Amino acid sequence: MRFAFTDDQLMFRDAVADLLANECPPEKVRWSWSDDNGRDPQLWSALAAMGVIGLTAPEAGGGLGMNEVDLLPILTEAGRAALPAPLLETTAVVVPLLAESAPDALAATWLPDLSDGSAIATISLEGQPFVVDAHIADLLVAERNGSLFAVPGANLRLTPQASVDGARRLFTAEWDEADAELIASGDAAAAAVALAFNRGAVAAAAELIGMAERMIAMTVEYVVARQQFGVPIGSFQAVKHHLADAELKVSFARPMVWNAAYALANGEPGLDRSVSMAKCFASDAAEVVARKALQCHGAIGYTTEHDLHFWLKRSWALAASWGDAGWHRRRVAALLLD
Amino acid sequence: MDMRFTEAEEAFRAEARAWLEANVPHGLPSGDTHEGFALHVEWEKKLFADRWSVVSWPEEYGGRGASLWEWLIFEEEYYRAGGPQRVTQNGIFLLAPTIFEFGTEEQKARFLPRMAAAEDLWCQGWSEPDAGSDLAGIKSRAARDDAAGGWVINGQKTWTTRGAFCNWVFGLFRTDPEAARHSGMTYLMVPLDAPGVTVRGVERLDGDEGFAEVFFDDVFVSDELVLGGVNNGWGVAMATTSSERGLTLRSPGRFCAAADRLVELHRRLAATGEHPERVASLREAVAQAWMEAEAYRLATLADVSGLVEGVSQGARSSLTKIFWSELDVNLNETALRLLGPTAELIEGSAGAIDDGAWMKAFEFSLSGPIYAGTNEIQRNVVAERVLGLPRK
Repeated sequence: MRFAFTDDQLMFRDAVADLLANECPPEKVRWSWSDDNGRDPQLWSALAAMGVIGLTAPEAGGGLGMNEVDLLPILTEAGRAALPAPLLETTAVVVPLLAESAPDALAATWLPDLSDGSAIATISLEGQPFVVDAHIADLLVAERNGSLFAVPGANLRLTPQASVDGARRLFTAEWDEADAELIASGDAAAAAVALAFNRGAVAAAAELIGMAERMIAMTVEYVVARQQFGVPIGSFQAVKHHLADAELKVSFARPMVWNAAYALANGEPGLDRSVSMAKCFASDAAEVVARKALQCHGAIGYTTEHDLHFWLKRSWALAASWGDAGWHRRRVAALLLD
Repeated sequence: MDMRFTEAEEAFRAEARAWLEANVPHGLPSGDTHEGFALHVEWEKKLFADRWSVVSWPEEYGGRGASLWEWLIFEEEYYRAGGPQRVTQNGIFLLAPTIFEFGTEEQKARFLPRMAAAEDLWCQGWSEPDAGSDLAGIKSRAARDDAAGGWVINGQKTWTTRGAFCNWVFGLFRTDPEAARHSGMTYLMVPLDAPGVTVRGVERLDGDEGFAEVFFDDVFVSDELVLGGVNNGWGVAMATTSSERGLTLRSPGRFCAAADRLVELHRRLAATGEHPERVASLREAVAQAWMEAEAYRLATLADVSGLVEGVSQGARSSLTKIFWSELDVNLNETALRLLGPTAELIEGSAGAIDDGAWMKAFEFSLSGPIYAGTNEIQRNVVAERVLGLPRK
């Protein structure tokens, strides 16, 4: 038994954290809000050069052949940076799906380009109303009527849907089956879809943990510096208890997320339950932390001049994506009680 | 990351499970009454006889030298088999770690085997009428008696769990009244049958005589009952309180077993077809309570993974204490909501479901956010020592 990351996994994480600190500071997130396209190809290339984008692709597909546990700390860093890029969609969901479920030729077409960053992919499962980053996607993997299709980005008809998170780009996408290639159908598609959903949920949970940690760190910094009544507001017990509650929520969501990534990587029994526990706790934690962070920042946090709102809004969005806390809690209830 | 136990650990689990299934008593009365306590002590002696009472201790003191992982496995199996809460816990989980860390060889040999065997039964003397959360405010004094080679205690301890049934108390006493608040205290072990000790039982919220007040009137204790050195008591006591907050007192096994019973209760009530709206409306609450127990189990696995590699929990043990105590309340509250109007029926009522055990457990759980440092104090500790907020 060793429920912890390896030194190699942590070193990789630290390298990614350094890169994001330099290449994706809050100014980059702010730029992403205002820029039409909102996506920085150089940032994506830098991540690809480090092996991050192809992390889950097999070595034959130009990737590192790593698993969900290896990817988890990196997704947490992406959340910490509020990364405006489809790492979740491409690396956590589409790449492993293609590697496992697509016909060999189709996988061979896409995996090397996805791994080296020259192509970008996104995902649309039935029940998900919006496609993230469809405007820059070279490939959409989409579920329709129980089958999975690969749709080239050029064949998509997109309608933008503005998100409360201005760095997020959402679309409704129309496409014709004649313009798409079949990945899988029947039971194979159903299994691939179920796994893709679980992967997306765990990846979102991992990002939410990073966002929550960042919001706590920003708030600690603020309440130590901010003085009222002649003392730092962080010396007041009411403020301390808000932050202690925030730390409590994250501390007990985090191991749930590790456990779900482990279950994915090792095909553990009870996968759906592990995944839903993780997403339920991570969503709840991020929402509580966002509230506490805003409250402790006071009025400055209620402006868009301050950076905090990037994380507030991303956490609202991700908490509700890939199943919100209530959806996952109901799935756990069904698994336990029915 | 590897969440499998080794073959040897699984063999240990199988051995523990087989023994517990054959031996765990069912339907024992509360251990917080005179009659119940005696029956629980009998059970503790049986545990000891087959060397299951203190599995993680070295063999010479009555244990099996089990690893921290094996200890967790044992706890899981103990509560899964329906084992009762340990009436020896204040000794084996709170005092013993302190004796292992600070005790002399003579103290270890004198106290540990008898503690393991449930021959000596220990209670904890921390709180006083004017010193609860503010533990450093204790006033009970131990005055030096050089001629007799020891200390003369005067004062009072209170909220002493099972104090009316135990034969020893450990606690903090002020030995240098001139010293600053956190200095000048000494950790002493006091026999409750010593001349000058008076114990008065106090009925707790749940109606059991689980509390006691302990009065000391010129009680003499000799030097060999000082643990960890004269005037070092605060540091020695802090080592014990972190045990109380953290892993040792509240292993996840107990909460996981309670969460499984809650799921079973929901299934049982759903199967009766009665009060379908109430039962259906609590599905998510039951799932939430079960998940919280699971989160505690997983967090413990992460903590122990660190501990075995030398990374101590430090102030994060306060997070652990808040979480287990609040999940316990939530779990039992959920059960009471499921039971609706029958929830108020207590032990012995013909109409009580599970003989009133859920109300009893609920009342007991309400002590969790209060004892071992209130959760308000724990939140201060988290804010100041985990997050780094200013004390003032």
